Amino acid sequence: MAVASMLPRAVHLPRSSDVARHAILLGFGFLMAFPFIWMLLTSFKPFEETLASPPTILPMSWRPENYAEAWRAANFPRFFMNSAIISLTTVGGTLLTSVLAAYGFARLRFPGRDALFLVFLGTMMIPQEVTLIPNFVLLANLPCPIPVDTICNPKGSGWFDTFTAVSVPWWVSVFSIFLLRQFFLGIPNDLWEASQLDGASHFGYLRRVVVPLSTPALLTVALYAFVQSWKSFLWPLVMTSRPDVRPIQVGLSTFALENGTYYHTLMAASAFTIAPVLIVFILIQRHFLESIARSGLKG
Amino acid sequence: MTVGQAVEPRSQPHEVPAQTRALKNTARRAARRWEALQGYGFLLPALLLLVLFHLLPVFYALFLSLFNARVFRDMWSPGPFIGAGNYGRLLTSGEFAQSLGNTVWFAGITVPLGLVLAVLFAQLLNARIWGRTGYRVTYFLPYVTSTVAAAVVWRWIFQPRVGVANSVLAWLGLPGQQWADEPRGVFLLMGQFLGVPIDGWLSGPSLALVTVALVSVWYSVGFNTVIALAGLTTIPIDLYEAARIDGAGRWRLFRDITLPLLTPTLLFLLVVETIRSFQSFDFFYQMMAAVPVPGAKVVTIYLYQQGFQSFNLGYAAAIGMVLFAIIFLLTLLQFRATRSRVVYAD
Repeated sequence: MAVASMLPRAVHLPRSSDVARHAILLGFGFLMAFPFIWMLLTSFKPFEETLASPPTILPMSWRPENYAEAWRAANFPRFFMNSAIISLTTVGGTLLTSVLAAYGFARLRFPGRDALFLVFLGTMMIPQEVTLIPNFVLLANLPCPIPVDTICNPKGSGWFDTFTAVSVPWWVSVFSIFLLRQFFLGIPNDLWEASQLDGASHFGYLRRVVVPLSTPALLTVALYAFVQSWKSFLWPLVMTSRPDVRPIQVGLSTFALENGTYYHTLMAASAFTIAPVLIVFILIQRHFLESIARSGLKG
Repeated sequence: MTVGQAVEPRSQPHEVPAQTRALKNTARRAARRWEALQGYGFLLPALLLLVLFHLLPVFYALFLSLFNARVFRDMWSPGPFIGAGNYGRLLTSGEFAQSLGNTVWFAGITVPLGLVLAVLFAQLLNARIWGRTGYRVTYFLPYVTSTVAAAVVWRWIFQPRVGVANSVLAWLGLPGQQWADEPRGVFLLMGQFLGVPIDGWLSGPSLALVTVALVSVWYSVGFNTVIALAGLTTIPIDLYEAARIDGAGRWRLFRDITLPLLTPTLLFLLVVETIRSFQSFDFFYQMMAAVPVPGAKVVTIYLYQQGFQSFNLGYAAAIGMVLFAIIFLLTLLQFRATRSRVVYAD
């Protein structure tokens, strides 16, 4: 104790409760991280080595070629491209609709606003499984103004089997609207009054003042939309049937179901499938986790 | 600002000539109408998408569920009208009852386990400890990975012949398991190991279901932890200090302060987790190579098979409606049951 008090503050000695805390957290942390570790380790083993029982922990011979083989084994470049198109358009669409709606709810007054907000929140309760079947039918019956086969199908199947079908329905996110509305409400009213004196319209004020001030919130919305879109599976599985428009999750799923026993390439494929989201998440995890946390507080 | 505008004319009504006042009123009404118009304009894109792809489909599902709809061309005449026929078939179907039972088991495992672990992790992380961010990120990682990739990796870990899970069991001197391919109940398997015959409904949920449940908890526990942690940080520290002066121990602090004040957060998590567990699909589909053993066929898988493999679209729409109704009722029930016990620390 006497020694501890003589040490500088920052190097204080760990107490026994801290040790126990770390022991439990590390133990569970290992369990949480284990699938990632095991995926990476397996992805570098030669095929024969994956069949060893008991398994080797570190690969006896490292084989990075697995990645190249997996990349070529299915049309992964195409799937990546598709996922990028779908996810980025979803991010753009979600940002646009969410910023506008959130501003409307936060700043403008009109009859029925609060009721509409409740309707918006209420739709969060509708499970995807309910809308899956009807949307499958509805999408096939939507009009086709631009007859490009990745946008919509002029031959009577509407939006079915297109990027539009996978992307456009998710250009709205009530969670994001809610998050941005909270953020916009926190922007001081003086700014609006000042802009009004300069003759700014609501749209101009939103574009030139509100949006630049809301970068952290917009970043969270963008990441959230990106992650949700990148990892969505059931929807694109049902709404598409050809590899030309299928995103990477469906591609990986099909690849895994067809090559069920080649775990070395499967692990490599899994690794590059999750790499983009993991990198983006780790880069902006602080903003992201804080926003998620805030969303639960007023649950 | 706007309040000031509204009050101004009323405070000095006699000094303003009637004509000017009428003009002002008209101008104000026009301004208000213009603002309302803009408001609807701002909402329009989001509202349009929401109605078209998320709200209308619910009504169309209801419509579709009244028909024996299989393959059809005209969306407004999807087949012979059979009224509540699909619902009748659903309620008498053994397969549906079984899948619903599996879903209930699944929720019964994932929801409590997920919540208890989240509170434990949050409690451990709610201190100034070294590496806090590292732990938080590690625990959250599964939630941002794709469910398909995660399922592929877990299937490899639980591979019956050369998977690492069975190697660990062998190292512990325990028999290897079939994991996601095991249709038999977990209690039956335990009984077998201990030499106690257990059969029938006592055999419990299938090991396949429990395996997916564990993976599902792994997937979502980080999300729950982050929210529980946010809930913990709203509890004022003075409360703990006061109680500690009164001589309360750690367990008392947790039971009498943390838990009651955390109830709003817990209620939120309970609702979210229950909904999530009833909607779970990806892990079941991917970990069981699209054909789950009967003991692990949950409602969502049943819906998928009926809708997109047998193309019984009307029937599948009815399954979706029933699932919706169950989720809705459960959420309502949870709010009611916990409302009286929720404590807000204001």
